[in-house]
Amino acid sequence: MSVKLNTRQVGDVTVIDVSGRITLGEGSSVLRDALRELTAKGNKKILLNLGEVSYIDSSGIGELVSGFTTVSNQGGTLKLLSLTKRVKDLLQITKLYTVFDVHEDEAHAVRSFQ
Amino acid sequence: MALNTGAKDTGAKDTGAKAMLDRYYPSSLDSVDLAEGEILQAAERAGFDEDERHRIGMAVRECMVNAVVHGNRYNRNKQVHVNVSVDSSSPPCPRFFIRITDQGEGFEPDTVPDPLHDTNLLRHSGRGLFLMGAFTDAMTVRKVAPAGTEVTLVKNIEPQK
Repeated sequence: MSVKLNTRQVGDVTVIDVSGRITLGEGSSVLRDALRELTAKGNKKILLNLGEVSYIDSSGIGELVSGFTTVSNQGGTLKLLSLTKRVKDLLQITKLYTVFDVHEDEAHAVRSFQ
Repeated sequence: MALNTGAKDTGAKDTGAKAMLDRYYPSSLDSVDLAEGEILQAAERAGFDEDERHRIGMAVRECMVNAVVHGNRYNRNKQVHVNVSVDSSSPPCPRFFIRITDQGEGFEPDTVPDPLHDTNLLRHSGRGLFLMGAFTDAMTVRKVAPAGTEVTLVKNIEPQK
């Protein structure tokens, strides 16, 4: 299954529910386009819910990192929510787990933006 | 994990290895999915559990992407050769060998920046080779004649716990 995104608003935080595989090709470009569009519109608090992401490859990791820097460069904040064990392991192996602000509970994550 | 990116032999040479897959794939992203699926079927036949197959799939995917995108550069006149075998005579346990060869210009693994270095953590790319090593027990990269790069990924087939 390729990646699917659903964007919703919780207060002033934009939550992107991501499902499927974030891999080279459509999977990573869809995420890249969505994050660029949101930042262009001025959204500065973005929570990426990866709870339904089954697979991320190095290209997908690259898009997460690019998204993080894109949002940060616009004065915003990108945080991650609900990592599966495999995605968490992948971020730990690549030493990115400490770069991202990662949350397990959505309400807690939303409050953390305040 | 042993991350050998030089020309050191992984010990896969004709020691009674049983061939499980030998195929040439076109240089397209569809081949990445196809090869990943067929290699994972071979891994299942070799006895790997789901977690280990996931790790093998990660390594294979990175390797195939490198071969298609960076090696053959999507050139329709070039192919990616995949050979999978099991060597049951290699102590201390049988080993699963995945050999992926492109027809590109080759590269020097030592020149790839360390993706774990603080200054490289936020780089967009450059993690593929590292992940291939992280998800396998051994890896070698070598140039082949007349042109191309051969990557050998090795997974130990541990007895099921």
